[in-house]
Amino acid sequence: MCGIVGLFLKDKTLEPQLGTLLSDMLIIMTDRGPDSAGIAIYGGTVAGKAKVTIQSAEPAVDFAGLEADLGKVGISASAIVKSTHAVVEIDASRLADIRAIFADIRPNVRIMGSGESVEIFKETGLPKDVVARFDLRSMSGSHGIGHTRMATESAVTTLGAHPFSTGADQCLVHNGSLSNHNNLRRELIRDGMTFETQNDSEVAAAYLTAEMAKGKDLGQALTSALDDLDGFFTFVVGTKSGFGVVRDPIACKPAVMAETDQYVAFGSEYRALVNLPGIETARVWEPEPATVYFWDHEKAA
Amino acid sequence: MPVFDLSQTPLRELNSALHKLGQGANDTAFEVINPRGSHSVAVGIDSPVTVEVKGSVGYYCAGMNDGGTVTVYGSAGPGVAENMMSGTVVIEGDASQYAGATGRGGLLVIKGNAASRCGISMKGIDIVVHGSIGHMSAFMGQSGHLVVCGDAGEALGDSLYEAKLFVRGTVKSLGADCIEKQMKPKHLAKLAELLQQAGINDVKPEEFKRYGSARKLYNFNIDNADAY
Repeated sequence: MCGIVGLFLKDKTLEPQLGTLLSDMLIIMTDRGPDSAGIAIYGGTVAGKAKVTIQSAEPAVDFAGLEADLGKVGISASAIVKSTHAVVEIDASRLADIRAIFADIRPNVRIMGSGESVEIFKETGLPKDVVARFDLRSMSGSHGIGHTRMATESAVTTLGAHPFSTGADQCLVHNGSLSNHNNLRRELIRDGMTFETQNDSEVAAAYLTAEMAKGKDLGQALTSALDDLDGFFTFVVGTKSGFGVVRDPIACKPAVMAETDQYVAFGSEYRALVNLPGIETARVWEPEPATVYFWDHEKAA
Repeated sequence: MPVFDLSQTPLRELNSALHKLGQGANDTAFEVINPRGSHSVAVGIDSPVTVEVKGSVGYYCAGMNDGGTVTVYGSAGPGVAENMMSGTVVIEGDASQYAGATGRGGLLVIKGNAASRCGISMKGIDIVVHGSIGHMSAFMGQSGHLVVCGDAGEALGDSLYEAKLFVRGTVKSLGADCIEKQMKPKHLAKLAELLQQAGINDVKPEEFKRYGSARKLYNFNIDNADAY
């Protein structure tokens, strides 16, 4: 199974509530995926700055003196620790080599995601515990996606949880299972992509990153995915300003969407949407198979 | 009239109350409020009870219904009226995938659209959809009628047995062994009866096309004996 939720706000006055709304949606989806949970929130940008979300199995060790140690290698950083994760803000110009620097000074931390806007938190355990651990309810932002996992294709670990992020400000959540992920992973590695796990969904994320690196927008990359990915999937994808949904042509993985003047919302089931403001009068529909849906704050503006 | 508020009352209390009704029970009109997408609302009804659900439901609403009349004033999730035996289920909104799957009898009316696999493996149920249906509908349908006032998606009636399919709009593609068939007076009469039962007055039976099995896939052909 697995549960997916997503919320793309059109109305800026809802932005302070994004974390709360998404957390409630995620917790309702607990019985679709009690193994692990994760959330990616696009919290807005600060000019010239970038954020890196890192994770450690031993946060007390790895996050101690982190800012000072980054300073010693010439990176001015401020870190906010949330349980096993830390969000490290650095100059955007240093984003390109930050992965190598962490590998050097903190070899045990794993990078969950990075970019100008995105923060990613994911852990094993019940969604309500993951929400509490990272205080996700207090987060604000313009859009976000979340996932509750019932593992089929790889182990129940922090790194196997969704969302997967393989490019700056990009992330993906997946309900389903891909059948050609091993071959596709080999091709993507040959093209220079790197992988953290053996998980099929990470391959889908990396595929979209690679397609967008060729100049495609999110909608075009999702359209290519329909040709190149084999298996079952409902994907919800986030970029710095965009939010996309696509289902495979068989479309046996459930999906419900709702749109009002204030937001576009996605849930694996209608239950996930029932607490949203104005849901009673929202346009509610089931996304069509093999059809790409995407919204973009920048294109709308 | 018993009213069950599913935001306050566990679902199991509703379903137990429906199952407990004995022969000749008087209080047979139930109302369900705040279903909020709950699964398995009013499943396993086995008496002529009326259930009005005020809102949208999740998976398997009115599954296995045997004699009840269930109306959902909202939309239904996957598997609504799955394996219905008899009775009537009406969805005022849309239905998700495999509506009426494996149904053996009764009438399912969907006033909006139905998604993929509507009437999959139907075995005697009658399904009337005011709107359109998705792909792979009536897959392996054995008997009963599927009436669609709108359009049908890809692979309608794939591997069909003897279910009868009527579509008023376009059919994106027919599945293996499903063909268009001649509409005979007896089919028009049955269609008129089903449309009337579903409360559709502005559509004529003559506007539909009939689809059924070519009977090449499920019949043994002696010329193929060497293949076994």
